[in-house]
Amino acid sequence: MKDIYVDDFDKLKHGERRLITNGRLEIGVFRVKDAIHAFLNVCPHQGGPVCQGRVMPRVEEHLSDDMKSVGMSFSDDEFHLVCPWHGYEFKFQTASHVGSSSISIRRYATKVVEGRVYVSV
Amino acid sequence: MDEARDVPEFRSFGGNEPLSTESDTREMLRNAAKYRDQKKLNDYFIVDLDTHHIETGSWNEIVEFIEDPILREEALSAKRKPESRLGPVLFHANGGMFSQSVSGRIPHSNLASGEPRDDLSVHGDVVPLRRAMDSFGIDRMVMFPNALLQVGTHPNVKVEVNLAFAYAKFMTEVVLPGDPRLKTMALLPFSDPDACVRMIDMYGDHPSVIGFTITSVRHNPVHDNKYMRVYRMLEERGLPLSFHAGYNWQDGYLRQLDKFLTMHAISFVLCNMVHMTNWVMHGLSERFPKLNVVWIESGLAYVPFLMQRLDNEYLMRQSEAPLLKRLPSEYIKEMFHCCQPMERTNLKLLEATFEAINAESQLLFSSDWPHWDFDSPSIITDLPFVSEQGKRNILGENARRIYKKL
Repeated sequence: MKDIYVDDFDKLKHGERRLITNGRLEIGVFRVKDAIHAFLNVCPHQGGPVCQGRVMPRVEEHLSDDMKSVGMSFSDDEFHLVCPWHGYEFKFQTASHVGSSSISIRRYATKVVEGRVYVSV
Repeated sequence: MDEARDVPEFRSFGGNEPLSTESDTREMLRNAAKYRDQKKLNDYFIVDLDTHHIETGSWNEIVEFIEDPILREEALSAKRKPESRLGPVLFHANGGMFSQSVSGRIPHSNLASGEPRDDLSVHGDVVPLRRAMDSFGIDRMVMFPNALLQVGTHPNVKVEVNLAFAYAKFMTEVVLPGDPRLKTMALLPFSDPDACVRMIDMYGDHPSVIGFTITSVRHNPVHDNKYMRVYRMLEERGLPLSFHAGYNWQDGYLRQLDKFLTMHAISFVLCNMVHMTNWVMHGLSERFPKLNVVWIESGLAYVPFLMQRLDNEYLMRQSEAPLLKRLPSEYIKEMFHCCQPMERTNLKLLEATFEAINAESQLLFSSDWPHWDFDSPSIITDLPFVSEQGKRNILGENARRIYKKL
């Protein structure tokens, strides 16, 4: 296990990523709000390059007290990583598919030391 | 980034932006190329029975081939006046055609790809198709259009006929010569049986036209007596007949489904179920026993459902289907089915489906690339319950058995 320097924390804006590789290993490192996440660039569905997909806010549907649907909106708090091959959508917080918690992408540990972002490989 | 230089084995790849409609197919399918090598897919003969040629971008060229001078002038009028912001005239796509990318989440499915095309020796449409074949490890790619799959819903039969012929001419003279691996199954202008006969006469011997297609999005009962000579022609020439499914959001029941997801899930299956039911229960398999029939882009889960449903009802109402000499399911077992989009969230059910349809001899691989629900060849090689020979059959040998021109 070694820590790999990725970039300075301040150079990564919310929703931005750095894609790094080591031999066959490809990892996407993301900043979402003030947190750093790192995942293997392989989707568990058909092996798509999940880390090269869009970062999207969760879509929420709202119900009134009497259970009528009153429309949809984007979440301000929850963001997802979307595989560009087939649209499988994963939560940054849990690395699991939004619609099925049994489907997950592989997460790597990250840390920020003195403003510098590292991923443990 | 100083420390990054201290770890030279690490480097950034592919830029730091998400893939987009501007991305090169080779970059979009870079992982597929890895699996091609890891799984030794180049050792298989792989036929992709359903890939989509994005005809939208070449519409102005296609309409140049329209035979009817009045319709051709109507189509070309838009080309001559781009400032008028007219959409492509005669382009008959119903609602949802441009909703396939899930609001841009799946960029390769956008119809107007901005991918750079650097090989000027072939038509521009050939370039991304070649890149996809090479990335997946595909040996033969059979192409269908997009919006033209809905041409059977056009209220003017002359439009359907003229567009079918214009597209066949464009493909055989412009696109297909660009790579010998590219093939097609020409669209039959099914609303006009005389035109179907002429289409088979014109293209039946073309080396890149390996069969013919009924676009399933239509309301023409396939058992109508007026089609019998069309089926006879295909049977005599040994040319398979395919039914390519599609969606029709304007269809009565489907108008209740207000999401692309729900409409797509039902519509692509419904049209082929209707045609398959008519085909089987009107005894067309008995009438044309040597005609190979192929069902495209409805997935597989619906097939065992329909087999059970028809068998169950047939046994109680046999007098309504007197041409049948066996159970409906036994005819369906002898048909050919393209796998995509292969439902596989429950592998036990998928295994039972494979058994029900005799998959090792009747299933054909299809990718549906570049659509949002495409399947790559490794979905077949990864299946735990299929024999090695079965995988080879599904990926290419079954197709080579029935398509003599592959």
